[in-house]
Amino acid sequence: MAAPRIAIVGGGLAGLMAAIKVAEAGVAVDLFSIVPVKRSHSVCAQGGINGAVNVKGENDSPEIHFFDTCRGGDFLANQPPAKGMCYAAPGIIYLFDRMGVTFNRTAEGLLDFRRFGGTLHHRTAFAGATTGQQLLYALDEQVRRHEAAGLVTKYEGWEFVGAVKDAEGRCVGLTALDLRTMKAKAFKADAVMLATGGPGLLFGQSTNSLINSGSAAAAAYMDGAHYGNGEFIQVHPTAIPGADKLRLMSESARGEGGRVWVPRRQGDNRAPRQIPEAERFYFLEEKYPKYRNLVPRDVASREIHNVCVNLGLGVDGKMCVYLDLTHIPRATLKKKLEGILEIYEKFTGDDPCDEPMKIFPAVHYSMGGLWVDYERTADGFIDLGSPKNHMSNIPGLYALGEAEYQYHGANRLGANSLLSCVYAGQIGGPAAVLYAQNQAKAGSETPSSVYEAAEAHWTNRFAELARRDGPENPYKIHEELGRTMLENVTIVRENKKLEQTNAKIQELTERWKKASVLDNGQWANAPLSFLNQLENMLHLSRVVTLGALARDESRGAHYKPDFPDRDDEKWLKTTVAEFTPEGPKFRYDPVDVSLCKPVARKYD
Amino acid sequence: MPRQNIELRIRRQDSPTGPSRWEEFVLPWQPSMNVISCLMEIRKNPVTKQGQKTTPVNWESSCLEEVCGACTMLVNGKPRQSCTALVDNMPDGPITLEPLTKFPVVRDLQVDRKPMFEALKIVKAWVPIDGTYDLGPGPKLSQAEQETSYAFSRCMTCGCCMEVCPQYNTRSDFIGPAPLAQVRLFNAHPTGRMNAHERLDAIMGRGGLVDCGNAQNCVEACPKEIPLTEALGELGKQTTVYWLKNLLNK
Ligand SMILES: Cc1cc2nc3c(=O)[nH]c(=O)nc-3n(C[C@H](O)[C@H](O)[C@H](O)COP(=O)(O)OP(=O)(O)OC[C@H]3O[C@@H](n4cnc5c(N)ncnc54)[C@H](O)[C@@H]3O)c2cc1C
Ligand code: SF4
Ligand code: SF4
Ligand code: FES
Repeated sequence: MAAPRIAIVGGGLAGLMAAIKVAEAGVAVDLFSIVPVKRSHSVCAQGGINGAVNVKGENDSPEIHFFDTCRGGDFLANQPPAKGMCYAAPGIIYLFDRMGVTFNRTAEGLLDFRRFGGTLHHRTAFAGATTGQQLLYALDEQVRRHEAAGLVTKYEGWEFVGAVKDAEGRCVGLTALDLRTMKAKAFKADAVMLATGGPGLLFGQSTNSLINSGSAAAAAYMDGAHYGNGEFIQVHPTAIPGADKLRLMSESARGEGGRVWVPRRQGDNRAPRQIPEAERFYFLEEKYPKYRNLVPRDVASREIHNVCVNLGLGVDGKMCVYLDLTHIPRATLKKKLEGILEIYEKFTGDDPCDEPMKIFPAVHYSMGGLWVDYERTADGFIDLGSPKNHMSNIPGLYALGEAEYQYHGANRLGANSLLSCVYAGQIGGPAAVLYAQNQAKAGSETPSSVYEAAEAHWTNRFAELARRDGPENPYKIHEELGRTMLENVTIVRENKKLEQTNAKIQELTERWKKASVLDNGQWANAPLSFLNQLENMLHLSRVVTLGALARDESRGAHYKPDFPDRDDEKWLKTTVAEFTPEGPKFRYDPVDVSLCKPVARKYD
Repeated sequence: MPRQNIELRIRRQDSPTGPSRWEEFVLPWQPSMNVISCLMEIRKNPVTKQGQKTTPVNWESSCLEEVCGACTMLVNGKPRQSCTALVDNMPDGPITLEPLTKFPVVRDLQVDRKPMFEALKIVKAWVPIDGTYDLGPGPKLSQAEQETSYAFSRCMTCGCCMEVCPQYNTRSDFIGPAPLAQVRLFNAHPTGRMNAHERLDAIMGRGGLVDCGNAQNCVEACPKEIPLTEALGELGKQTTVYWLKNLLNK
């Protein structure tokens, strides 16, 4: 049997961690990414990464972290993976520490930790306010080391467009598009791992990077991979508006003491600093005296929506509230939050050390993603000797990171995502190696005709797309998609509007067929790649919308005023969507809640 | 008074070897626009100021908040990130956009900065850890050390410093200021320091530190205010000490 090769798609935290693990096992990696991996979306993460290292004498522990994670996710996550992740977290933070991440330090020179939402403990390690960037760079450096040693081959500027399956339905490779020559090429692999990030672009504007289209996960879904909990989309309470994207103002601002408020009196348009303390409505602190400004994100976003829309107290009459840091000394702010304060000042022209920031909720994260499996041990941990961990329903196809659904249930806690990405890479990489080494017939022994057929299929598809010259503009179709999704499938969901959204998406799909490619060239043709992605995005949008329509309850980020309560009897279930040409077909799986009993979710 | 229209002059080039040309565009002003949102408007209606149909402009971008480094280009002649280039902060008159000149053009405003990533391999810009298994915490660091290193670890390989460096160009071997600053970063780390000599070896030959003419352009151009010339000075000291040591040991 030839030495196995594993293809990893995506060079964010999840993909790079998996690449390191696979290379460490001595197995060759082909690493695909649209952008140079060092520019992946993970660089945007600001606030930090969770791990119960317990350096502040608070008796924090992985078990409490696990409980906070389950409750934060409104008990929709299967518990063994979440438990495995929380117990591995301190070790993961130490690993980054050894790689040289410039985490902030205590006076003694130890790692410093700050508070984040949904917990009462200081559990978040951070490097200024650019933690994701620092973590990604650390992994990028280690991958470069393996690349220099010859174990990792990078394909940067290549876009995954589809899986290659053999006659038995195993995934034995992938087809990727060279974004310069615009040629499709099929690659052999004994296992393929998708770590392609989140789908923020479905909502037009979000806090996500511009490359987070979700199209790779959607392509896998259209190839037969199941999609889990798609309707759970996190809206972050604090972002700043922009014409191209909505920029996040990290939860760490509140972790460091930032306070959220609006004027008590409707229409009070005095400058914020002219409004005396008694005339300010610190609505989160009043309603949630225990967690105050650090309630989970779904809770905070709903409160902001309530205060602005239902009570009409939004700043300037808009969906907008103040996030106030002006009571904190400038030197402290600079040391702990510099990166995000810079962003605010650059984009608004105001200095947040002097002026309360004007912020509003924005789409941020997808709890849902490709469905993946795991193997549990009797005591509720993950069996690390199993090739099943992180495998999709297609044998040999794995999913990791934000592209997958497994850890966060109905709502993700702040600073748990970087953790879940790294943990996924840590356990998913070895699982794929095990799978690749234990196949009776190696994936790469598949007859070459299978790859030739895949390559021909995609070559024809792109040739056909490259000739499109209809009246519609694909970027305008995308804009309309984003507007509808944003309006109807975010903080507050109503069945009638979800039905209308579904109809709208179908209309847009029809119009997509009449869209022009805008550029018939054969070199670095971005609109050609986008035209292909857009179809995938339209299909994925229906998974989100119809999943939301079906789920008649409120849980975590999914809130329906007509069904305001959590309904465990009917809906303590994982949504699993399967692609059919007519639209998604849903199945509902039981959730493993054997380790942490679902209780009412209260933060006051 | 915000302007009503935005005019853009964009240098376009269809392929790495093809000729370049200017195209002009006019867009209606909108609140909070930046260069990227202008380019996004153009692709929704790719028609020039003269009313001619054209193709959408090709450019690179990802994070849109100045942490990924992708969107660097010449905006009104200066290298910078186009995502933080806010239209309302620009002087009146057309905004010109051109690709960086020190890297090969891929298409339009997109260039190939691969040499920068390759340079990180040459200088071994990493901490050589034993493995990723659980080996407990890393070395302690003082707050002051953390702050100094953090400044260097924010380098996003954007290329602004390389663009303005008179010594860095396709005809010279000089690896440029950004990778040199990474040597400074890793040689300061308690574990990275153990292999400091390997990195110094890499920058002591041709194309290394001696090729820096000390023009100091780089430090002014860095959007992250990375103290590049300080790093170059510090490396000068390290290489001298290392050179003397080698001499005495001979
Ligand atoms: C502004 C912001 C701040 C955040 N802050 C925090 C925080 O403080 N703490 C926290 O825990 N989480 C945070 N998050 C969430 C977290 O950053 C992400 O969930 C996480 O980084 C996702 O990592 P990933 O490895 O899954 O994917 P990404 O980092 O998104 O990487 C995806 C990779 O896939 C590649 N790719 C995508 N499609 C294709 C394709 N078709 N072909 C080839 N390659 C492809 C891309 O090039 C990229 O390399 C934040 C998110 C945002 C938006
Ligand atoms: S100081 Fe050296 S590296 Fe910096 S611009 Fe001048 S010559 Fe280039
Ligand atoms: S040192 Fe500064 S200018 Fe140079 S590549 Fe890094 S961030 Fe850009
Ligand atoms: S898009 Fe990342 S720096 Fe501008």
